[in-house]
Amino acid sequence: MAQLSPKERMKIPRQEMPVQTPEDRVQNFQEVALGYTLELAKREAERCLQCKEPHCMEGCPVEVRIPEFIKAVRDGDMAEAVKIMKDKNNLPAICGRVCPQEVQCESRCILGKKGEPVAIGRIERFVGDYELSNKTFELAKGPATGKKVAIIGSGPAGITCAVDLARMGHEVTIFESLHTPGGVLVYGIPEFRLPKESVIKAEIETAAKALSIRILTDYVIGRTLTIDELQAEYDAIFLGTGAGLPMFMRIPGINLNGVMSANEFLTRSNLMKGYRFPEFDTPLKVGKRVAVIGAGNVAMDAARSALRLQSLKAGRNGDQAEPGSEVHIVYRRSSAEVPARLEEVHHAKEEGVIFDFLTNPVEILGDEKNAVRAMRCIRMELGEPDQSGRRSPVPIQGSEFDMEVDEVIFALGTSPNPLVFTNAGGLERSKHGTVVADQEHGRTTIKGIWAGGDVVTGAATVISAMGAGKRAAADIDRYLKGEFDW
Amino acid sequence: MYTILEKQVLSDVTKLMVVEAPQVARKARAGQFIIVLMHDQGERVPLTIADYDRTAGTITLIFQEVGKSTKEMGTMKVGDSFSHVVGPLGHPTDIENYGEVICVGGGVGIAPVYPIARELKEAGNHVISIIGARTKELLLWEDKMRAVSDELIVTTDDGSYGRKDLVTVPLKEILDSRPGKIAKIWAIGPAIMMKFVAATTKPYNVPTIVSLNTIMIDGTGMCGGCRVVLDDGARFVCVDGPEFDAHKVDWNNLLSRLAFYRNEEQTAVQRFEKDHECNLDRAISNGVR
Ligand SMILES: Cc1cc2nc3c(=O)[nH]c(=O)nc-3n(C[C@H](O)[C@H](O)[C@H](O)COP(=O)(O)OP(=O)(O)OC[C@H]3O[C@@H](n4cnc5c(N)ncnc54)[C@H](O)[C@@H]3O)c2cc1C
Ligand SMILES: Cc1cc2nc3c(=O)[nH]c(=O)nc-3n(C[C@H](O)[C@H](O)[C@H](O)COP(=O)(O)OP(=O)(O)OC[C@H]3O[C@@H](n4cnc5c(N)ncnc54)[C@H](O)[C@@H]3O)c2cc1C
Ligand code: SF4
Ligand code: SF4
Ligand code: FES
Repeated sequence: MAQLSPKERMKIPRQEMPVQTPEDRVQNFQEVALGYTLELAKREAERCLQCKEPHCMEGCPVEVRIPEFIKAVRDGDMAEAVKIMKDKNNLPAICGRVCPQEVQCESRCILGKKGEPVAIGRIERFVGDYELSNKTFELAKGPATGKKVAIIGSGPAGITCAVDLARMGHEVTIFESLHTPGGVLVYGIPEFRLPKESVIKAEIETAAKALSIRILTDYVIGRTLTIDELQAEYDAIFLGTGAGLPMFMRIPGINLNGVMSANEFLTRSNLMKGYRFPEFDTPLKVGKRVAVIGAGNVAMDAARSALRLQSLKAGRNGDQAEPGSEVHIVYRRSSAEVPARLEEVHHAKEEGVIFDFLTNPVEILGDEKNAVRAMRCIRMELGEPDQSGRRSPVPIQGSEFDMEVDEVIFALGTSPNPLVFTNAGGLERSKHGTVVADQEHGRTTIKGIWAGGDVVTGAATVISAMGAGKRAAADIDRYLKGEFDW
Repeated sequence: MYTILEKQVLSDVTKLMVVEAPQVARKARAGQFIIVLMHDQGERVPLTIADYDRTAGTITLIFQEVGKSTKEMGTMKVGDSFSHVVGPLGHPTDIENYGEVICVGGGVGIAPVYPIARELKEAGNHVISIIGARTKELLLWEDKMRAVSDELIVTTDDGSYGRKDLVTVPLKEILDSRPGKIAKIWAIGPAIMMKFVAATTKPYNVPTIVSLNTIMIDGTGMCGGCRVVLDDGARFVCVDGPEFDAHKVDWNNLLSRLAFYRNEEQTAVQRFEKDHECNLDRAISNGVR
């Protein structure tokens, strides 16, 4: 394409990404968004103005050189685009899919001021997917330093830290308590948003193989081995164990059958492939009328999984969705405060998830078999803004009502799992259970131990966990080279 | 890794396996458990560490075939491997010299009670053990239990061996005949048995510990699927337990939670048995040919 003027570029509409139709996709667990073709990616790339001072980059927690990789895509030089990307972000196929772009890079794009921002995430995903099938970029292990690093947890923080350290020549071992590496990417985020085999497994396996990273699954640090034992054997430790502990509300009926955490529901579905029961052995029960409490990404994932399971169940029974099947998102604030990614909310609505805003459960009611039969809720209204600046919801007296449901899934947020802290004396934690570590390097209160990702920040994002893993890797490298005294 | 080195058929439905898992054996203690995954399509099955050998790097598992996963596990042979074994999980038993203690094991629960009895004995306790099963066939490890107990009482529900009683009958007799003497009681077996042991010992106010076998997934505290309701709120059995004060447990809630996936479990077992029969038929017809 000939060089365009900025005016012409701004006339190109933001390119939509092909998706499965809502009717089709609720019948399967395959990916919803199908990704750009080369044509679409190039056309979207043409929209970028190649700003001299690209504000988009300020919105990216790992400072991907956005205009540069977009230019390479525009020029059709995919190998170059991959190279620019991988300099900052090892996992573009994942970030392109799950970053909350609308509050990060894309929120700062200059085009967003008047119209729609460049679809940075979609182009990024295209670059990542291109690399997965074409393998242009060679990950190489640096000259061996003889130093050994233990990484605890194989989520985005741990994987990123491991990859960077191995590229610097250190000998890296990852300890993971589950039987599959990947953290939330494998046990939390569903297949229809993030394919497990073709994307996550491929990304992790390629990197581990190329860099001789040893991944030891089935190691629960705190039980199988403890931090003090790792200290004796390794020159440095990175703690990236995430925030995996579910929260429940303290209301009556919380322990009835049919009440569960989103972690349980999603782990059964994603990690254990319960949506393919009985082909896979772990059962997964979906109710006829499901309420998911909360409105973050986790809630959207649980609700959309439930919807699919209802359709699949009906499909097995040979008819269309069972009449009266419903999935509700029950959220105590209003639609303006929903914390989930925009795209997920949009997809959930298209698929038929019902949103009950300004509604909060007060009790779950059971039947004679100890199973959920209904949920008592109260209506809320928005009061004065709280410290976070959000208007806090307050109950409207006397507005209780019963919602007929047979399954209630709590997606209220998570906190760090304390198991890992057995025999880790001196490791300071906040009152929320998160590890105290400095933002710049990830150094904890114990010499030789770094931490990053959700275990430090509480539940956050994939890319911020990766950023923390990256910063820690750089600092660990300096430490191992003796460049500073702790 | 995780290779089966030895297999014993203790009864038609009870199997013992010695499995190579050095990192688990290194740390294992009485009262703890592991989670096994047979293969990539399998489910995560919690099993108590019935015994361990640190030098050989092995653990001993005993399981009863109750559903699809345990039935399929029963078909595994020496030389086969589990795809994953993780542990040791849960808290070990609090072993001290308490004085006179009772260990109650019901059915396959005899296996997990054995290392507890052994360690209590080693710690200097006077150990009275009561082991029971529905029928003689299902009784296991009588000799091993005898070796670590000062007194041993054996019962069967149908009287085919030992006393014809439920384990709670001799238990009550001992509590009546030695008032104030028994310092602590451990009971492991089917949930329903533990419920009745709790009811039996409560009037005597003797501290009673049970090891709960709720449904689990990760076994590390991240799903909450294993929760149990105590007097003062819910706990996660995998990380807060598996041992709890029997007198605080809401047994009816526990029993109803164990039954939650019953329909699915039946589907799985029927499907498994059908496949299994087809394989058997094929093997037989191949043999005939
Ligand atoms: C359902 C769901 C949807 C989400 N959607 C999005 C999204 O769309 N976009 C986005 O940016 N973010 C999303 N997030 C948040 C994001 O996934 C997390 O912020 C991110 O994964 C944190 O990375 P991490 O490496 O810190 O931890 P994790 O991904 O949690 O990984 C930690 C790993 O450590 C392991 N571990 C824990 N304890 C131990 C131990 N004692 N020993 C050994 N290993 C241990 C865990 O098993 C796990 O594998 C979502 C989260 C969930 C739950
Ligand atoms: C900490 C712990 C330690 C355990 N130790 C042992 C052991 O040493 N030996 C042993 O034989 N079993 C043990 N169990 C129980 C064992 O995990 C279950 O029997 C097994 O998961 C059943 O799987 P399945 O697919 O064969 O049967 P399923 O089809 O899942 O279940 C069949 C029947 O068993 C019941 N059931 C399901 N899960 C459990 C459970 N966790 N506990 C009790 N009943 C259940 C169901 O209600 C159903 O009626 C332990 C459980 C826990 C939590
Ligand atoms: S990593 Fe995320 S925030 Fe950064 S450019 Fe890519 S999509 Fe945007
Ligand atoms: S701000 Fe927008 S237009 Fe400017 S360089 Fe970044 S993506 Fe391109
Ligand atoms: S098994 Fe998941 S929290 Fe206990």
